[in-house]
Amino acid sequence: MPTTTIAGAEVQVDEEGFMTAYDEWNEEIAKALAGNIGIELTDDHWQVIKFLREDYQEQGETPMLRRVSNVGGVPTKQLFQLFPKKPAKKMSYIAGVPKPQGCV
Amino acid sequence: MKRLLVLGAGTAGTMVANKLRPRLDERDWKITLVDQDETHYYQPGFLFLPFGTYKREELEKPKRRFMPAGVELIMGEIDLVDPEKNEVKLADGTELPYDYLIIATGTHPTPEETPGLGPDDDEWYKSVFDFYTIEGAEALAEKLETWEGGKLVVNIIEMPIKCPVAPLEFTFLADSFFAERGMRDSVEIEYVTPLPGAFTKPVAARYLGDMLVDRKIGLEGDFFLERVDTDNNQLVSYDEREVDYDILVTVPVNMGAEYIGRSGLGDELRHVPVDKHNFLSTKHDNIFAIGDAASLPTSKAGSVAHFAVDIFTENFLDYIDDKPMREKFDGHANCFIESGRGKGMLIDFNYDTEPLPGKYPLPGVGPFSLLQETEANHWGKLMFKWVYWNVLLEGRAMPIPALMSMAGKIREEVK
Repeated sequence: MPTTTIAGAEVQVDEEGFMTAYDEWNEEIAKALAGNIGIELTDDHWQVIKFLREDYQEQGETPMLRRVSNVGGVPTKQLFQLFPKKPAKKMSYIAGVPKPQGCV
Repeated sequence: MKRLLVLGAGTAGTMVANKLRPRLDERDWKITLVDQDETHYYQPGFLFLPFGTYKREELEKPKRRFMPAGVELIMGEIDLVDPEKNEVKLADGTELPYDYLIIATGTHPTPEETPGLGPDDDEWYKSVFDFYTIEGAEALAEKLETWEGGKLVVNIIEMPIKCPVAPLEFTFLADSFFAERGMRDSVEIEYVTPLPGAFTKPVAARYLGDMLVDRKIGLEGDFFLERVDTDNNQLVSYDEREVDYDILVTVPVNMGAEYIGRSGLGDELRHVPVDKHNFLSTKHDNIFAIGDAASLPTSKAGSVAHFAVDIFTENFLDYIDDKPMREKFDGHANCFIESGRGKGMLIDFNYDTEPLPGKYPLPGVGPFSLLQETEANHWGKLMFKWVYWNVLLEGRAMPIPALMSMAGKIREEVK
């Protein structure tokens, strides 16, 4: 598994640059990852990212958009404003959790 | 006397009953199936209805025909599962206690989830259609019969959907249908999907994407539909993109049965979370979910249900004997893809291995070709209807292993 340095920390990533070790993530890394894809994190972004991390820890998988909306309380429309074009991919990238598995 | 209760007498439920009845002593085990519809549909055939290839009569048979002797079939609407009391309640008040429960009630197009879709809208089955129901497919057949051309949009709203290749097949068959009628030049076809490309897995997505380009079919990817504006014939995405249509063929959001939601057994789409290797519910140790009803990271398809039932049967016999479940399902799926003009493709994959090119089932020989368009694949697809009705449902052995094999497959680099 390749590693890379983000915000001064060496972390493990997959070939697409998604972090693969849940515990290596921290908020500084999140800011740097967001910067990589042109997003500046606001409180609304943090609400989504924190939900993703908590839900992943509880459920063992990354929530789909529908779950972030229904359970996490952030409407789908807003997710598209916060993480333009590809919210599912972008928010999991920043939150340091795997891409959601829904696409099979 | 113990009772195994199976909810749903569709593809998975029927196969399970047929596989388990001979293996469970009738003096010790009662097997009961519950369903609310007497008719078993050959769902893969719905794809062909809009183009007049099949008629309804070929695609429906009575469910009772496939019930083995010694299995009780109850017709009724399921109201609730009570996992604490190990009991299922039907809408008419009947209470069915169980020792083990198998949920096999599938997944269903739910157009009401999307503003603008469903029977409440005036344009439903006039300019907006689905083809995953017999009613939708027949209404579309009638529309296409007299349509003089314009823009046809094929749309997927949200993954997962059952038979995820069917919308692509529909698109290829539509291209072929209009070409045969000499009107392809007056039809614009666009494929509008929430996926970034034609399909989920990279190698297959490249092959299938090239096939769209060859057929001059437009692709609008990463399109998450928010609503359909049927007054202005437009699809509108969450990020405010608009796509015009004259005919919209959409695949509504797929959801599990309503009682699953009411009983607290499902996820957001009312699919039941299970162990992906043995189908045991993650919440209850005497409840399993198989077929499309289960939330598994593989395709929702009859082939998956078939392979899964083979594995499940052996495991279940161990499980009720308090032995560990030895078999591990690998997510094996095997799907013919109609590509139009008398040809078809085949894909074979599992949780870990994406669809790859090669030959199937005999390495180097076939007769089927993976990820390549051939006439043999097309005939395989058509022949499968006979296999389904005569071999598969009644649980007879198929000469195809349940777990996926790498033999005959060729690994290639994704460019």
